[in-house]
Amino acid sequence: MTQSEARRIGLCCENIDKRYGGLYALRRVSLEIAPGECVALAGRNGSGKTTLLRIAAQLVRPSAGKLTFSPAQTEPASATKNTGFVAHATMVYDELTAEENLLLFARLLEIPEPAKRAELLLRDVGLFERRDSLVRTFSRGMRQRVAIARALLHEPAVLLLDEPGTGLDPQGVTWLAETLWRLHGAGSTIVMSLHGESEISALATRGIRLDAGAVVADTRTGASLRSILTFANA
Amino acid sequence: MSLLSNTTVLLGKELRTEFRSRELLTTTVVFILMVVVLFSFTFDPTREESRRFGPGLLWLAFLFAASLMLQPGFLREQTNDTLSALRLSVSDSFAIFLSKLCANALFLLITELLMLPIFAVLYNVPLLGVVPQLALVLFLGSLGLSVTGTTLSAISAQARMRELLLPLLLLPLLTPLLIASTEATAALFAEEPVLRWDWLAFLIAFDIIFLTAVWLFGEYLLEE
Repeated sequence: MTQSEARRIGLCCENIDKRYGGLYALRRVSLEIAPGECVALAGRNGSGKTTLLRIAAQLVRPSAGKLTFSPAQTEPASATKNTGFVAHATMVYDELTAEENLLLFARLLEIPEPAKRAELLLRDVGLFERRDSLVRTFSRGMRQRVAIARALLHEPAVLLLDEPGTGLDPQGVTWLAETLWRLHGAGSTIVMSLHGESEISALATRGIRLDAGAVVADTRTGASLRSILTFANA
Repeated sequence: MSLLSNTTVLLGKELRTEFRSRELLTTTVVFILMVVVLFSFTFDPTREESRRFGPGLLWLAFLFAASLMLQPGFLREQTNDTLSALRLSVSDSFAIFLSKLCANALFLLITELLMLPIFAVLYNVPLLGVVPQLALVLFLGSLGLSVTGTTLSAISAQARMRELLLPLLLLPLLTPLLIASTEATAALFAEEPVLRWDWLAFLIAFDIIFLTAVWLFGEYLLEE
């Protein structure tokens, strides 16, 4: 078994509800995402995409139902450590430099040679020249690049992305799509929420559409998949 | 081992961000300085009065300063949702709490050590002979303040009216600690200073009980 095969993790949501007071953000969501699958979540604002991603990252506890991982012996804690998450917020510190941010999280993740890994990613995202600048001096797109670099530090087995293209320029989107292709090829499971079709959505092998917290469409076939992604905001 | 290494890395981050901005330390030192100076101007205590009322004044000032200092601890982590990033990265989420606790206790101790000489001069209380004993009382008191304050800061950060909630929860909960710290300090300010082990034992017990409770249930404090 190769290293990437050993790290392959799938997700299984069983009848998941999430309520905030009397409001249902998710309603009886059942999904099985196989290891190595690349899934695009589509749906209007408030349809439950972000909540589903946060539950998958184990940042939010479901009100009912359960989240499990495959293979069966995968512990939730191990899944957490093998998850990379890009959220709406950048999840990096404005008062630290780009390099300090990556070093901090690399050390917490106990990545061997954290300085080398941080340097590699900073070069990848095109911020090496600005590595000593505080993140608060960055534009939205540059912050998003740091956020993506942070999520990729440990080459996660599960990558959850909430509108990852936000703020990125066309070159940034191309870089992200290439990076996701590489990770997908290496066996990472990718779940991403998207608005509209783009270079990134072309990666998806499965499309799931949410409406009012419920799954209303789930397809792997070409035409239906494109339709879900094209009309993501419809 | 992971807990220790994660805590060390996160404590480094806390110190780096604070010493870069100096927001917490500056605010707290200025606040305590104002309380101590204004009180000495309005009250003009004699040496005997300073011995009697000084410890209470000092610990009340530390308590109010702590409630100012502890508020931003977890609020800062919400600005960019960095708390979620930390939860996904650490092996034991207690490390997040422990690093904030250590940083808060350290900042509070620095503030107290800066204030003591000023207090001694303004209130004419000789402290030189009791510095090691006083340091022990300050350490135990500040640790208790930081444990409870950091816990409540984590709770209140996710609530509405958070600015009001922290002092409202903190002040009643810290009353026993305030009494014990004040009594232990008063015994050291006396004409014949003495280290009151009964109050010290109370402070140690307070610190251990709250720290254990947070260690057991702290994981839930950080959940959304």
